[in-house]
Order: sequence, then C-alpha cells, then structure tokens
Amino acid sequence: MTGKITLEVTRYHPERDKEPGLQTYEVPLRKEWVVLDALNYVKDKVDGSLSFRWSCRMGICGSCGMMVNGEPKLTCATFLADYAPGPIRVEPMKNFPILRDLIVEVSDFLVKLGKAKPWLIREEERPLTEGEFLQTPAQLDTFKQFSMCINCLLCYAACPVYGLDPLFSGPAAIALAQRYNADSRDQGAQKRLDILSHSDGIWACTFVGECTEVCPKNVDPAGAIQQYKLTATKEWVKSFLIPWGRK
Amino acid sequence: MPGSAQYSPKTFRTRVSTYWWLGRWPYLKFILRELSSVFVAWFVVIALLEIRALRNGPTAYVEFQERLRSPILVAVNVVALLFVIFHAATWFNLTPKAMPLRLGGKRVPSLFIVAPSYLVWLAISVTVAWIVLRG
Amino acid sequence: MSKRSNEPFLWMLFSTGGVVAAMLIPVHLFLFGLAFPLGLLDGPSYQGLLALLRHPFARLYLFVLCSLPLFHWAHRFRYTLYDGLQIKHLNELINAFCYGGAILGTVLAAYLLWTT
Repeated sequence: MTGKITLEVTRYHPERDKEPGLQTYEVPLRKEWVVLDALNYVKDKVDGSLSFRWSCRMGICGSCGMMVNGEPKLTCATFLADYAPGPIRVEPMKNFPILRDLIVEVSDFLVKLGKAKPWLIREEERPLTEGEFLQTPAQLDTFKQFSMCINCLLCYAACPVYGLDPLFSGPAAIALAQRYNADSRDQGAQKRLDILSHSDGIWACTFVGECTEVCPKNVDPAGAIQQYKLTATKEWVKSFLIPWGRK
Repeated sequence: MPGSAQYSPKTFRTRVSTYWWLGRWPYLKFILRELSSVFVAWFVVIALLEIRALRNGPTAYVEFQERLRSPILVAVNVVALLFVIFHAATWFNLTPKAMPLRLGGKRVPSLFIVAPSYLVWLAISVTVAWIVLRG
Repeated sequence: MSKRSNEPFLWMLFSTGGVVAAMLIPVHLFLFGLAFPLGLLDGPSYQGLLALLRHPFARLYLFVLCSLPLFHWAHRFRYTLYDGLQIKHLNELINAFCYGGAILGTVLAAYLLWTT
C-alpha cells in the first residue's frame, strides 16, 4: 500500500497555550501500520516535540489510549488502513484534564481505584500450614472476566456520566471492586460496599453501556456494575432485616 | 530536584457540552431510552384519568373516549406506544447483563434469558387482552 | 462508621417499576389508548368495564400498574435531568419533583381504586 494519510493531532503546551489546537501531519499509509506507528513516525522524523504515552505496543499495558475520530481506542490496535483516505483525528482521551498534547492527567482514576480496594481482603489470614487457597474452575469463572482489565481508561473516556459527575467512581474501578467481591478467597465485600454504595459511587451509573462497547479486553464493566448494584441492594435488604448482623 | 518541584502544569479541562448526547448515536439511543420513562408516566396519567372517568358515570366515560379520539391525543398515544415498546425491548435485552445465570458452573448464553422474557411478555399481553375483551 | 445510602431502595423501586412497565404497559396502552377509542377492536361496555374494575384483584393489579411505573419514571427522569440537562446542583428540587410526583400519583391511584 503506498500513499499518504493526514493526521490531525491535538497539540497543547500548558506553558504557552490557552487551549488545545489541532496540528496536521502527513504520514505514510502502510497497510500494517497502526495509529501509534504513525505517531512515532511523526515524533522521529517530523516533529520531535509531539508528546504521547505508549509502551508495549501490543494491547496489554493500557498506556496508549486516545480518541481516534471521536472514539476511544488503543492506538497500538487501531490500523491506519481502516481510516483511509482519512484524515484521522487523534485527540487525548475524553473526560480527563489534558496535561500536554495527547497526555491526560489520570490521578483521579488512581484515587478512585484505591477506594475500591482492589486486593484480597481477609478477616483472618490463613496460616501457611493450611496450604494455598483452592478454587474450582466455576469459582474462577465468576470473576475472571473482570480481572482482565488493563486500566487503559477507554471506558472512562466513553462514559458520559464520568464526564458529567466528578464524584462518580467510574467503570473500571467498580468492575475491579466486583472482581474481588466475586472472588471466593475475598472477605472484604462489606468494606468495599461502605465506600462505593452511595449516590456518587455506583448509583450514578445509568447503564449507558458504552464502557463495555469500547473495552479492548472484553471486561464488560457495565455488567459488573449492574451485578454490583444487585449485590449492594441485597446487602441493604439484609441489613434492614438483620440489623445486628452488620460488621 | 528543587526546580521541578515548583512546576505544576496547567491542565486543560474541556467543558462538557449540553448537547453531548447528540455527539454519538449510542448516546442518542441512550437518551431516547431514558426519555421512554416519560411516556411510561404518561400512560399512568391517562390510566388514572380513565379510571376517574369510569368512576364518574357513563357520560363522563363516553366524553373521555371522545377526548382520546382527538388527533393530538391519538398522535401522542401512538408515539407513547412506540416508546413503551422500546422501553420493554431495551429492558429485556439488558437483563442478562445485570443478572448472569450460571448453570453447572458455566454461564448461560444471553439468549436463554432474553427469549423467555419476550415469551412471558407475549403470554401476559395475550392474557390481559383476553380478560378485557371477553369481559 | 459506615454511611448507609438509601439509593438501593430507590433502585429496587426503579427496577420493579421497569419490569411492570415493560410487561404490562404496551398491551394496556394499545387496548385502552388506541384500539378501543378508535374502534379497532370492540371494547367492553361501560358496565362490563366497571364490573371488571371493581373486582378486588383488579383493584390491586391496577394499583401496582399505576404506582410502580411512576417510581420507575421518577428515578430514571431524575438521572436524565442530572446528566441530560446538567442540573445536578438542583438535586433537592429534582428529587422532590420526581419522587414527590410518584408518591402523589400513588396516593391518587389508591384513592381512585379504593372508592370506585
């Protein structure tokens, strides 16, 4: 495949720009190239000042998320040829503050992820002499899908509620909370509920479902959140009927 | 390093437009689904008005039926019917996401949850129609 | 100290209301909103309908049909106002309008169905 394709890329220099703008670059249109290849071509050969995040270039690190023609994508998995003849608009992920060019500030997500306590919580630690935790394939199946999350944040870029409500925990954080709640080895469901089950935690979610549509790892965060709503509701009913049972 | 400790970049926050939901078809479909709840409420309003008319006697009831025949109300009710059917369809289609069923350790395919919902819907609708039409 | 939110209760009302609305409203709206007034189908007579309505099971059925879908609307419309019009800062007003409206409708339904 020969020829060229135009990229329209967001540029933002916080030290001198009032707001972001678009800059166009012409890149070779190679059939095996992805948007990340095109960006690296620009940085190597055309404009070394272009800044963007990337790492593994194979869809597992979650670093290269950006908006490609308005859709949240991993740029290492988005082929230029699919957008021919172009132009292709490459912008930083939506719903996050822009730091520089295509780089966004993600500390809000990290705070919310921390609140979900994404680790195994035990009431009492199991002594080493008892050996490892055993899990059947069926037990693994209840949470495995949610464990595939690579924290790429495409779901946050797709979620309109996250864009509108600064207090909403967001798809990945809740999906990861559910991943641990559903894990048979975990005993921390109540602790997570206390933090997440309020009107901005999980209840701000209105099941738009776009998070699941854009997820590159088929985590289905929308499904996780709805399951979590059901769990939270069951716990609420139980706490009403058995008030002394609450830890 | 002392120099970089003072540097805090001025991040740029894009304002979310009031018309964010027009930007992508999935967002528009979502808003239409949410607006179907208005037509659900509309149904309750005319149901209560009809019950009140029934209560107030045959003349009131006939007048109410006359009102329902006016072109504006017919148009509104046709639109309302489309929206409540849209609500039902989107509701059934999303049920398996919220309540995944597991049998014998494996996840039951969505179709086996969605299809029965539609069948129950059909059965209930036919039953209601039968009760009302023979009365 | 744990903060127990009441959102789960409102979500339960929303969900059950949604199921009732999905299963029952289409056929009712079609029959009573269009088919009978427009003469597409022969509806029951005034006396027949009144008799049907007065049956205790029918009263209960209609109460559920008129009440739960209102709470479904209340919850969903509340969030549509938050996200669609971005007026979440008016949330106390919105909540009063939505849930208050649903409660009002429920009370009206109870009154009408009890006294018919």
